[in-house]
Amino acid sequence: MFSKIMMPVDLAHLASLRRALDVAADLGAHYGATVVYAGVTAQTPGALGHNPKDFAARLDAFVAQESRTHGIAAEALALISHDPRIDLDRTLIKAVEDIGADLVVMASHIPNLTDYIWPSNGGTLAAHAKTSVMVVRG
Amino acid sequence: MTDETSNQGIPLPEGDAQLIDTDYEIGQDNIETQIGPFGVDIHNPVFLISGLCVVAFVFFTLALPDQADAAFAWLFSFATKTFDWFFLGTANIFVLFCLLLIVTPVGRVRLGGADATPDYSYIGWFSMLFAAGMGIGLMFFGVLEPVYHMAVSQPLGVASPFAADGSLIPENVEAAKKMGLAATIFHWGLHPWAIYAVVALALALFSYNKGLPLTIRSAFYPILGERVWGWWGHVIDVLAVFATLFGLATSLGFGAQQANAGLNYVFGVPVGATAQVLLITGITSIALVSVLRGLDGGVKVLSEINMGIAALLLLFVLFAGPTLLILTDFAEGLGAYLKEIVPLSNPFGREDTGFVQGWTSFYWAWWISWSPFVGMFIARVSRGRTVREFIICVLIIPSLVCVLWMAVFGGVAIDQVLSDPATSAVKANVIDSYNPPLSLFAMLEGLPFSAITSVIGIVLVIVFFVTSSDSGSLVIDTITAGGKVDAPVPQRVFWCVFEGAVAIVLLLSAGGLSSLQSMVISTGLPFALVLLVMCWAIWRGLRDEQS
Repeated sequence: MFSKIMMPVDLAHLASLRRALDVAADLGAHYGATVVYAGVTAQTPGALGHNPKDFAARLDAFVAQESRTHGIAAEALALISHDPRIDLDRTLIKAVEDIGADLVVMASHIPNLTDYIWPSNGGTLAAHAKTSVMVVRG
Repeated sequence: MTDETSNQGIPLPEGDAQLIDTDYEIGQDNIETQIGPFGVDIHNPVFLISGLCVVAFVFFTLALPDQADAAFAWLFSFATKTFDWFFLGTANIFVLFCLLLIVTPVGRVRLGGADATPDYSYIGWFSMLFAAGMGIGLMFFGVLEPVYHMAVSQPLGVASPFAADGSLIPENVEAAKKMGLAATIFHWGLHPWAIYAVVALALALFSYNKGLPLTIRSAFYPILGERVWGWWGHVIDVLAVFATLFGLATSLGFGAQQANAGLNYVFGVPVGATAQVLLITGITSIALVSVLRGLDGGVKVLSEINMGIAALLLLFVLFAGPTLLILTDFAEGLGAYLKEIVPLSNPFGREDTGFVQGWTSFYWAWWISWSPFVGMFIARVSRGRTVREFIICVLIIPSLVCVLWMAVFGGVAIDQVLSDPATSAVKANVIDSYNPPLSLFAMLEGLPFSAITSVIGIVLVIVFFVTSSDSGSLVIDTITAGGKVDAPVPQRVFWCVFEGAVAIVLLLSAGGLSSLQSMVISTGLPFALVLLVMCWAIWRGLRDEQS
């Protein structure tokens, strides 16, 4: 049913993504799909690396571990944005089209008052991506 | 080259760069938590101390206005008058240093690694650095300065074309006219842009090539080593936030007063606190939208719109005014600038102390106190350029645009003053009485369609403030988040609103704006030393890159 599943990841907050990560891996194993783990970084040095190369290396290591743990085919996709906090949704939506993902699994928080002002990334992706999106809350 | 590097996977390796090996991890001192529904990610001492210092200084200014005014006025006078030679001397060093970087082999070093590609096209990049750097000043000083220097301040002792009784002295006209343009271009040309270029290059180099966080403290790593992550660095970053926030808030306050004066001149809108508070609220609201749309969708778009409107106004004034005369002025002004740049920048033995201390020294302190903000913003958008390309584009091209702007606006204004001194509105508002906010509108009044062009002028003034406000908020947010550019959005909103609120509070207090602006400009003195150290750090960093 699905051949390529995209799972956006924030390497700084992996603990809060665990449920969604497991769902993505289970679906990948179930359908024999490749899970593409997408991370977004800026050009400037950040907490996850001195530069995008460092970031990409860290993402590769994480993806290799997920692949080993769950026995799935997995790929890393490091994306660069000038202003990741603002451009995250646009960057991910474009990546979904570019890689031809047929399902996106994404972690999100339980909606609260601020979502009326700043909608969650998962909610925005579900609203605007032209493919199936599974939002895993909590 | 493309503006669309976002949304792409990691490109080919960035090539060789000499990363600094440090144990410090960006964000390690940050507090990441949830306040109510909002997430925050702030640098532990820097955010809190900066915010508290700003509140404390505003409180001091409001609670003891006379003492604050006297203290800051003394500080300002001490910095710009006692150390005028120092400002002039250091600014000369920055220009020479930048020119040296263009011609030496270190100019080949690329910011971001040997194979890095530029993040922005030339137009987007240039618009952003220009709009943040000095756009607003051109609106107010483009008419005022050439006329004032020609007739009143008398740089290098060049005599005024007007006698004490207001009559014209024809034999003084040519020399005074050229000196008026040359002195103005001097204040807006190579020297200020060299100041910005030094700070921007230091930050870009230590961030993109050395892998340190994008905060002011990183440029001090070669001197302070690992201590830069401790209190030394905290103090540097707090000072930068402080100068940026007060610089923006006081400028916003004055800008609102000036826009109000313009609206009064053109439409008869009453001058008063209500109109000015509404203007600050409006400017802050637009800046907020721009900040929320991000660097590409907000700041860059607004900067490009801004530059487009400014270019249209420039072309209109060029063709509606005496075109041939303006073009001659442009060539003559440039020639006079090149001829007079050495005597004008001479720091010692000057007899025109009124001009040197009242104008040049003031300007140099002003540019230097703004340099952490503008420099950091330029650094943020300059990845992928070679050092040579960077210096040429930050130093030479903006200087030429300033020359053109001053020649067109100043040239038309000077022509109006000299051709009909008795009825010239520019003469009435610049020479006979000193009304800087009205000088632009007075000049436009002498051209066709002045009702339309004056409205465009007011819009430009407001939008230039918006572009300074939004880029300033991004810069402060990055510094107070310990160099992270992806801190939660509510933090940007906080700084943008805080800046507007400080401007409103200062505006409503008597003398608050001017006394705090004096204080901010005085910070130019210690920062001048800091910039000298940065030159050394840049040189060392670039030599390492080459090796």
